[in-house]
Amino acid sequence: MEVFLQQLVNGITLGGVYALVALGYTMVYGIIQLINFAHGEIFAAGGYMGVILISWMVAQGYPPFVCLGVALALAMGYCALLAMAVEKLVYKPLRSSSRLSVLLSALGMSIFLQNGLMLTQGVYDRAYPGEMVQGGFEIGGAMVSYMQVVIVGVTVFLLVALNGLVFRTRIGKAMRATAQDKTMSALVGINASRIISLTFAIGAALACAAGIMVGMYYGSVRYDMGFVLGVKAFSAAVLGGIGNITGAMLGGLVIGIIEVFAAGYISSEYKDVFAFIILIAVLYFRPTGIMGENVDDTRV
Amino acid sequence: MGAPILELRHVSAAYGRIKAIKDISLVVHPGEVVSIIGANGAGKSTTLMSICGVLPISGGEVYYDGRRIDGLAADLLPSQGLCQVPEGRRIFPRLTVEENLDMGAFFRRDKAAIEHDKNRVFQLFPILLERRRQHGGTLSGGEQQMLAMGRALMSRPRLLLLDEPSLGLAPLIVQQIFRIIREINEVDGVTVVLVEQNANLALQASTRGYVLETGSVILQDEARALLANPDIRKAYLGE
Repeated sequence: MEVFLQQLVNGITLGGVYALVALGYTMVYGIIQLINFAHGEIFAAGGYMGVILISWMVAQGYPPFVCLGVALALAMGYCALLAMAVEKLVYKPLRSSSRLSVLLSALGMSIFLQNGLMLTQGVYDRAYPGEMVQGGFEIGGAMVSYMQVVIVGVTVFLLVALNGLVFRTRIGKAMRATAQDKTMSALVGINASRIISLTFAIGAALACAAGIMVGMYYGSVRYDMGFVLGVKAFSAAVLGGIGNITGAMLGGLVIGIIEVFAAGYISSEYKDVFAFIILIAVLYFRPTGIMGENVDDTRV
Repeated sequence: MGAPILELRHVSAAYGRIKAIKDISLVVHPGEVVSIIGANGAGKSTTLMSICGVLPISGGEVYYDGRRIDGLAADLLPSQGLCQVPEGRRIFPRLTVEENLDMGAFFRRDKAAIEHDKNRVFQLFPILLERRRQHGGTLSGGEQQMLAMGRALMSRPRLLLLDEPSLGLAPLIVQQIFRIIREINEVDGVTVVLVEQNANLALQASTRGYVLETGSVILQDEARALLANPDIRKAYLGE
C-alpha cells in the first residue's frame, strides 16, 4: 500500500508536467492542425534558461522562492518569444503549403534547436542547484517532498490559469473561434496570425515551466531531454483527443501515472516504452482519444 | 443621390484557374436594400467574398465608403462597419450562443454599448436569449440564421452583406428573418446587400436588384421593374 501511494504521488507529479507540455501540442494542433515537433525542444530550452537563471540568482543569495518565481517568469517569457519567432520564420511562410511541408519543417526545427542547445550549452548534463527546496513530509507511508509540492502547485496554478484564459476571456474565445472557422473569424475582425502567434507563445510558456520543473525534480537538464519527453507529451495529447484542452490535461496525468507504476511494478528499464504502447493502442483502438469528438465542450 | 457606400468597378476573381466572376460593376447607396439574384454558381457568393477580402480579386477595384478596400485583409473591415453573414451562416459550433454574439463585437471595447446591443439582439430574437448557454452547433437552421444575423448586428454594421438568409428554412422562419432585415434597414439605417436564390422574396424586400449569370451582371434595375420583367419572371420567378 505504501508503495502504491508513493507511486501515485510520483505519478501525479510527473503527469502534471506531461500535461503542461501536452497542452502546447494540442493547442497548436487545434488551431493550425500541425504537430509541432519542435515543441519538445522549447521545453528543453526552458529547462536550460531556468538552470542558468536559478544558478545565477542562488549564487547572488536570493531566497529560493524568489529565485524560482523570477526564473519561471523570465524563462517563460523567453520561450514564448522563441516559439513566436520559430512560428513566424518557419511555419507562417508555409501557411498555404501542404501540411506535410509544415510537418517536415517542424522536424527540421526540432533538430536545429536541439543542436543549437548542444552547441551553446554542451553535451553534458547541467545540474540544478540542489539546495533550493529540501525536505518533505510523510503521508500514509508515502514520502512527499516539498519539491513535489512546489511542482504540483505550480502545475495546478498554470492549468487553472490556462483554463480561465481559454474559456473565460475575450482573447480565449477568439482563439477557439479561430480554431473552429478561420474564414468566419476573419469576418468578425479577428486577426488569425496574431491568434496563432499567441497560441504558440502560451504553449511554449507552459512547456518552459515544465522544463524547469523537470530540471528541479531530476536535478539536471540535458540538451536532448526534449525529445523523449516531447513524444510522451504528444502521446498524452493524442490519448486525451488531440485538440482537446481538458483531454491533454487528463492524458498527461494518465501517462505520468502509468509510467511511474510500470517503472515501479514491472521494470524501470522499460519505463519509456509504456507511453508509446499507449500511443499505439490509442491510435489503433480509439484514434479520437478518451475525450474524443463527442465530448466537444473543451475542444478549442 | 449622394456618394455610394459600396462600389465595385470591373471586378474579377477566380478560384485557382477557374474564373468565378468577370468584370462585375455594382453600386450601392446608403440606406438601400440591393439584391443580387441568379442561379446556383452564378457567382453571387463569390462576389460577397471578394468584397470582404476573403477571396483576393484578380482585377478591378472595390470601394467602400469612398476608400479603396481591395487588397485589405478581411479582418480589418468589420471595424469599418462592413459585415457579412456568409453562406451556411458559419456559426462557431463549439462556442455558446452568447459567445458567438461576443465574437461579433470582438473589435469593440465599449462594454456598456455591447451589453446594450446584446439585449437588442435578444429582443429581436428571443429564442437566442433562451438558448444563450447552448453551443451554437446545437441550434436548428433557423436559430442559426438568427444567431448569425445577431452576431453581425453586434458589430454595429453600416453595410450588411447577407448570403442566402432563406436557404433551407421553413416559410414562417423566412418571413421572420425578412421582417427583421427590413427593420434593420428602416429603423437602424443599415444598408443591405442581399444575395438570394429566392428571387421573388429578395426583390420584394429590395429597392434595386442585379441579375448575375455565369459570373457577370446581365441586368440591373429597380426591384419593381425586375419583378415585372417577363424574362426575369420566366427565368427566376418560376413562371
